[in-house]
Amino acid sequence: MSIPRTTSAVVAVAASLALALTACGSGSSTPAASGGPVNLKVSLFGTFGYDEVGLFKKYEAENPGVTITYESTQGEDKYWPALQTRLASGSGVADVQGIEVARIADVTANQADKWTDLRDTPAKDSIGGYVSWKEPAATTKDGAVLGLGTDIGPTGICYRSDLLAKAGLPTDPAALSAQMPDWNAFLALGEKYKANAPAGSAWHDSAGGLYNAIISTQKEIYYDASGKLVYNTNPAVKSAFDTAAGAAQKGLTAKLEQFVDPGWDQGFSSGSFATIACPSWMIGYIKGKAGTGGADKWNVTTLPGGVGGNWGGAYLGIPAVSQHKAEAAKLIAWLTAPEQQAAVFEKVGNFPSTTGAIAKVAGATDPYFNNAPIGKIFTASADASPVQILGPEDGVVKSALVQALLSVETSGTSPADAWTAAGTKISNQVG
Amino acid sequence: MTLQLDRPVPGERTPPGAGPTIRLSWRSRLHRFEGRSAPYVYVAPFFLVFAAFGLFPLLYTAYISLHRYKLGSSMTWIGLDNYTWLFTNDAFYNALWKTVTIGVLSTVPQLLIALGLAHLLNYRLRGRTFLRVAMLMPYATSVAAATLVFALIFGRDAGIVNGLLGLVGVDPVDWRNGDWTAQIAISVIVIWRWTGYNALIYLAGMQSISSDLYEAAALDGANRWQQFRHVTLPGLRPTILFTIVVSTIGASQLFGEPLLFGGGQANGGPVGQYQTLGLFMYQQGWQFGQLGRAATVAWVTFLLIIGLVLLNTRLSKMRKS
Repeated sequence: MSIPRTTSAVVAVAASLALALTACGSGSSTPAASGGPVNLKVSLFGTFGYDEVGLFKKYEAENPGVTITYESTQGEDKYWPALQTRLASGSGVADVQGIEVARIADVTANQADKWTDLRDTPAKDSIGGYVSWKEPAATTKDGAVLGLGTDIGPTGICYRSDLLAKAGLPTDPAALSAQMPDWNAFLALGEKYKANAPAGSAWHDSAGGLYNAIISTQKEIYYDASGKLVYNTNPAVKSAFDTAAGAAQKGLTAKLEQFVDPGWDQGFSSGSFATIACPSWMIGYIKGKAGTGGADKWNVTTLPGGVGGNWGGAYLGIPAVSQHKAEAAKLIAWLTAPEQQAAVFEKVGNFPSTTGAIAKVAGATDPYFNNAPIGKIFTASADASPVQILGPEDGVVKSALVQALLSVETSGTSPADAWTAAGTKISNQVG
Repeated sequence: MTLQLDRPVPGERTPPGAGPTIRLSWRSRLHRFEGRSAPYVYVAPFFLVFAAFGLFPLLYTAYISLHRYKLGSSMTWIGLDNYTWLFTNDAFYNALWKTVTIGVLSTVPQLLIALGLAHLLNYRLRGRTFLRVAMLMPYATSVAAATLVFALIFGRDAGIVNGLLGLVGVDPVDWRNGDWTAQIAISVIVIWRWTGYNALIYLAGMQSISSDLYEAAALDGANRWQQFRHVTLPGLRPTILFTIVVSTIGASQLFGEPLLFGGGQANGGPVGQYQTLGLFMYQQGWQFGQLGRAATVAWVTFLLIIGLVLLNTRLSKMRKS
């Protein structure tokens, strides 16, 4: 999952309104009857894939007496504030709540008392099954584990092979990857593309997306290991920003704001852009937006130089006020178990975070993407991905930098001015 | 405002049994008590609801604005720090300025077009009722649906507006990311939505102007334009004042259109070029979780609106005298 997944603003606003209204009167106050029938409420955002794969129904069938009520808000940026108000009031929260990776640092640092320590629940046996960094990120200083990982976001590059062919560039994933040993080479390919591309088609979708892909390969991003905000002294951030801004100034981006501009969604099928940074969950998004017409046009390859990156991912947590902690813990342990994670990956592309599931999907290919070996590509990216340091205000900093890059693309702001403006915005908000 | 109620207030009615010479029976006393108290009981629900959902939130918002209150944590008293933060914040002045410019861009054309439409509809036209109903249709449309459609219409690559501009040789405009272009696009949505509503209010006002005045003016040799200028406009003054006040309040609270035009993002474009005060408040509260700061923005907006309304009233009084 990624923060800016506001695919449909109406649905999101309507849903959050509906949630806010129902939040007033619906505290889950049924006392836990041991062994009796239990209704578990599950509240998520975006596409976790559980409902799509039919996992809730399967769980209900395998566990007589358990019923699951499921709701989802499309946009995480609407979901999280609504959840915060309900956590604060202690009523209206579900038994299982989704937590986006960008929020997990805030949860472990500031909300430990509002979530259940999974070490005290039947979910404790699942904690050890993850890639090395996934669960430590959801663990407080005192060692309490507040969430079980769902997916991670190993990142590659998705591209339109038909458009690349028209511009005389290689269309085979391996051949393309061989031509881009680093980001500068990636942009040099972009220059070549620009010279021969069909009219109205840019090399990359947005400077913000390019920036996120570059920064996703870094260990230390906005915070250092001691928890200090270092975005403005971290050379990796500045360099990623400058590379993306440079691409924007050279006219290599389509200037479409990700997840927000309706033109961005249309671009997947219309060909406004030939490449896009592609976390595994983007696979499902592309299929949805490009539709059947895009079936053999899109393909996937590794990030330049074959580096590993991680963009997004999520957790499932149990609010402390839940009346059915043990049953909820059993449910999340089952939902995040390797078989289920592998099933979700096959269906919607969310890449598994348990080592068992990663082993299962390593050989997966996707017919929609010209039979690209997505299992192999994303597994390699996940293996090579650094252990990112997360911080509570990551979202604010990231959004300010992405907006600054958009202003370079669309308003002709100089990269230096945009950087300064983003700094002012961030210090005003965080400092 | 100018809504005047000339009808008798029910409570002042003399009870039917209360003749001048008759001693009051307990029945008629009860009746009289009922007659006196009933109006208060009838209006009580409004005031109770207002106290619970209007007055209390207003005061509580003022209280919150004096605290540091991050969503999900507890409040700490910080006095006027939030106000200091607000008044030294460029983003606030940007939002204030954008609220004014979008307000002017949307309100002025809206009211002028509405006046013209009302004037036309005041004539005997075929299908007049249909036209009047049709005019109100945009108002009955949901903001969300309308805005999403307009966001597509103003799309850069596949929008109708750029398509039409292309026919006359104008290069595609990036409506949503430009400064004035985004403001114009949002103003168009507001104008589309509210013009019909205002036109109907003007129409109602026009129909209350006595036709004798028009006849007299016609006898004196006034043409249509002069009739409009010297009979209609003065007669409409209270109505116009009312629509200006309502539109000003609406413009200062503009929120749904810019939010949804920006795809649900509260930042109002990459450089905040269409971030209104409403969006700025929403961003503080629900994107950044800074409820104390959001409450501060809300209160300052409230005071600004009161100031604007007072200014409006003052100006119109000055013109009258």
